[in-house]
This record gives sequence, C-alpha cells and structure tokens, in this order.
Amino acid sequence: MGKIFKKPDCLADQVTHYCPGCTHGVAHRLIAEVIDELGIAGKTVGIAPVGCAVMAYNYFTFDFQEAAHGRAPAMATGIKRVRPDLVVFTYQGDGDLASIGMGEIIHAANRGEKFTTIFINNAVYGMTGGQMAPTTMPGQRTTTSPFGRDVEDVGMPIKVAELLSALQTPAYIARQSVIKPKYIVKAKKAIKTAFMYQLERRCFSFVELVSTCPTNWGLTPVEAVIWAEEKLLSYYPTGEYKSPLQAEGGDNAT
Amino acid sequence: MGKILMKGNEAIGEAAIRAGCLNYFAYPITPQSEVSEYLSHRMPEAGGVFLQGESEVAVGYMVFGAAACGERVFTTSSSPGISLMSEAISYIAGAQCPAVFVNIMRGGPGLGGILPSQADYFQATKGGGHGDYRLLVMAPASVQEAVEMVMTAFPLAEKYRNPVMILGDGLIGQMMEPVEFPEHLKAEPSNKDDWATNGMDTRKSTKKNIVKSLFLDPVVLNQNNLTLKEKYNRMKREDVMWESYNTDDEYKLLIVSYGTMSRVCKTAVDNMKEEGIEVGMIRPKTLFPFPEKAVFEAASKNSCKMVLSIEMSMGQMVEDVERCIHGKRPVEWYGSCGGDVPTPEEIMDVVKSYL
Repeated sequence: MGKIFKKPDCLADQVTHYCPGCTHGVAHRLIAEVIDELGIAGKTVGIAPVGCAVMAYNYFTFDFQEAAHGRAPAMATGIKRVRPDLVVFTYQGDGDLASIGMGEIIHAANRGEKFTTIFINNAVYGMTGGQMAPTTMPGQRTTTSPFGRDVEDVGMPIKVAELLSALQTPAYIARQSVIKPKYIVKAKKAIKTAFMYQLERRCFSFVELVSTCPTNWGLTPVEAVIWAEEKLLSYYPTGEYKSPLQAEGGDNAT
Repeated sequence: MGKILMKGNEAIGEAAIRAGCLNYFAYPITPQSEVSEYLSHRMPEAGGVFLQGESEVAVGYMVFGAAACGERVFTTSSSPGISLMSEAISYIAGAQCPAVFVNIMRGGPGLGGILPSQADYFQATKGGGHGDYRLLVMAPASVQEAVEMVMTAFPLAEKYRNPVMILGDGLIGQMMEPVEFPEHLKAEPSNKDDWATNGMDTRKSTKKNIVKSLFLDPVVLNQNNLTLKEKYNRMKREDVMWESYNTDDEYKLLIVSYGTMSRVCKTAVDNMKEEGIEVGMIRPKTLFPFPEKAVFEAASKNSCKMVLSIEMSMGQMVEDVERCIHGKRPVEWYGSCGGDVPTPEEIMDVVKSYL
C-alpha cells in the first residue's frame, strides 16, 4: 500500500522556529500543497515579511525574497512587472501588512497587480513580543495596551479584507481561518482559487487567514483556538468578499 | 549617429534604454520628473516596463524585487525622494543585488528648494540608509557625461552586485546640451543564476535561491559585512575615476570640485590662466570611490600651497579632501547651497583672496 499522507514536496525538511500551537505551520502547509498540486514550484517566488514568518524562506524549497517591513507588495509588484511569467506570493502578518505596509498593499491591490497575498491575522505583533496591532480586538491586552485596547484612543481594529474589497479594481478577496479542520478545508480552497486567478493573469488575489498566537495571547494552544473562534471570527467573518466574476458579470457575486 | 540636442533628464532615460535596461519604476519629484515623463512613452515603445509607484518608499522595493530577479532595473528621483528610497537601498546593498539609482539633487534639508544643489554628498557616499554599506557614486558634469555614466552604471552594478548611484544636480537634469549616444551595450555573460530569484525552471535547477539581508548569526553577519567591505575595497582599486585639469603647470592652489560646480571652476581656472595665475584642479568623477591618490599627489606638488574644495553644499566633500591629504596642505572650503550656482567671478575672487 502506498503512502496516502505525506509532507508536500515543496515544504522543506526543516524544523520550524514557530511556537507550539502557532498556526503558521498550517498556513505554510496549505500553500505548499497548493503549489504542489498546481505544479508551479519551479516558477514560484515567495516573499517573506518582517515578523514571525521572516524566515519562511527556510521552510519552502523554491525561490524566496525577504522584504523590509511592510514592503512585500512593492517587491512583488517589481517581480511581476518584469517577470510576469513567474508566480509570486507575499506572506505577511498583520503588523507588516495592516500597519507599516498599508500603503503598499492598497496600491498593489488597486493596480490589480497579478500576484497573491496570504495575510496572517492573529491580532497581535508576534516577533517583537506581543505588541498591539491594527487588528488587536477592543479590550485585548497586549504588551503595549496593558489595560486593553482602548478604541476611544486608538480606534477600532481594521478589517483588511473588507477594506480592500471597497476598491473598484476587480480582485479576489477572501477571509478564511486555519484554527480548526472545518475552516482549514475552506482556507485551502481559497488559497488555491487565489493562485488559479494569478495563473490566469486575471487579478490581484488576497486570502486573509484568521490565526492564533497562544504565546503572545498568554493562552494555551487549545484556549487560543477557542478565543479565536469566539472573539476573532465574530468580528472577522470568513467568506469570499470579492471575486473577479463580479466585475465580469458572473452570478456568484456576493 | 550624430549629436542631438536633448534635456539632461530625457537623455538619462534614453541612456538607460540603450544600456539594455528596460525596467523603470519611479515617483514624480522636481527637478527630475522629465525622466518619468519621457520614459512613460519611450519605455513601452522599447518593449520595456514603466510604472509610476505610489511613493518613493514603494518604488525602492519595486526596484529591489526586479533586481533580485536578475533583471536590469533603475529609478530616478531627487533628494527628498532618495531619502525615502534609502531604506530599500540599504536592503539591496545588504542582499547584494545590482540596481541603478539616479539622484538629481535639489537643495535641502527638508523640502529645501527645487534648484540645483550638491548637498546630498554625505547621503550618497557615506550611507543614507542604515548599516555598513557603500554605493558606487558617479557625478556627471555634462549631459553627455550623464549619458555615458548611466550606460557605465549598469555593468558596474552587475560587476559588484551593488547599487550604483548617479549623483547629478538640478542643472544637469534641466539643461539642454548636444549629446551623442554611445553604441548599445552588449549583453555580458552573467552569473545571475547563482543568486537571482528568477525561478528554478528559468535556470534549470532544483536548488532554490534566496535573496535576503537577514543574518541572525553574528559570525555570518560579520562575514557578510566583510564580503561587502572587500567589494568596496575592490571598487577603490579598480574603478576610481577623475579628471585632472591644468595640473601640469606650477599652480599655487588646487581646486577640488565636481559636477556642475566643476564646470564653473574650469571657467575660473581658464580666466585666471589668462591673467597669469595658475590654478590646478581635480574633478572627481567617482565620489565613492574617491580619487584619494590623485588628490593627494596633486596637492603634494611643490608649488601647491593649499587646497580649496568648492561645492554646492556647506562643506561635505571637503571632509574627504582633508582626509586624503593627511594634513600635508591646508584645506579650505567654499560654496553655497541655496540653489544659485556660484559664478566664475565669485570663484576667482575667492581663489585670489588666498594667493
């Protein structure tokens, strides 16, 4: 009997530096599975962010560039413009994409750059030690909001998928989650759809993945999943927010 | 091909295309916007990429992304824009990618003004961004030389896998001069498959390439910095460029000046020669690597009593001049950087005041 479950070929044989209970590993695996299934590792360039996934280039077997904080969409733009035949994706966290890199992601999306962004939203800065992010929930305690996020002072958490969907340029924008198997199946489908649209050179594609950060939330991995499902998914609902089919007059517009 | 009359900024854009660079990203800023305006139609015509980015910050990384794929790429900007690109320049230098940046300098600090200046000498030659890196910096003194330097810049960037900067000023960008374009550059054999993220299929390899500037291990980071240092030392050995002017005669004073300022100084030197006053001049064409030996030797001439650094800044290059003369001759500075270029008469008065 042959192997029925194995590590994706384009996931490197490496122990990761991620914390126990972190969902980066799940997100990495889904991307690797999709790239394997599409057979595109040889023409893929990933872009690692600044944040916990800064060393993502160690965990995949294809070409990678490492961006400065928030600048991955600009680098992806540079690659896709000069080498439209390459498949390019950015992998970015919420501090990277929704704070310092908000300008780059909005303009790349609005230009309709033909690359894919995987956006990891875990409501906190991970790498730097659990500071408040633009996605931190109201009242959520972090190392820079020790009394809980005060929305009177710093505003409400940013819903990036919704924000990008407001742009008039056609795009594929989805939010899924990687906290439980029932969400993971849908997350993989969204990631695959995003890469397919890129391969068809159709539009910018974006998948937000609601994730956990037990270490910086001060919770066990199991508690973190419960908290994410209760608190994050009610504020950050999953679904397909925008599809190029809408602009093309298709019937599955949401 | 004969000479044509062309504005500096447009000639710079055309020179890049003739150097085989078909990728250009930029953000508008005075006094260099004509490069973008020119390339917005000329690049597509040549089958290349033109994109106006949302900021100089983003443009710096568009250049980085393209450069990391091993493609020839360049951008142009002016002083405040170069400040914003300096983050990317540091990353590109750290990750060892070739790219060309053109700075058509205007007055600073802050918004400063839009008239010609040379006040970004420190930024260009001593860093600008963070970390231990250098740019190979070339300073043209005419539209013709700007063209030649742009065309030289790409092979040099590739030779060193390091960003090269063309440091012009607003006058070089804005003035029209007759220009003759050299032959198109021939494509050199490239070793980019060794390092570029151009896709494994492209280079028929199963080994991934990673372009990065993060080295958390202190030993490895130190080694990367030693590698960079060796490249900068090699630039000093192999690619120093300068012009000596009127240095055969017995001059009492040596001028060191570059770019637009050096043209005014040349006129002053010629005028004084007619009056029987000999003044020598060294014009650095590369600001990094600085022509240390040439300046030292010209200053060491027995007849030479002092050295005068004349620049459109409040005294930046003068520090390099002092450094390479080792105290052997007194070094003085003269200049201005409000946007008005000093006149030959002004330079002559200053020189005479020292004689």
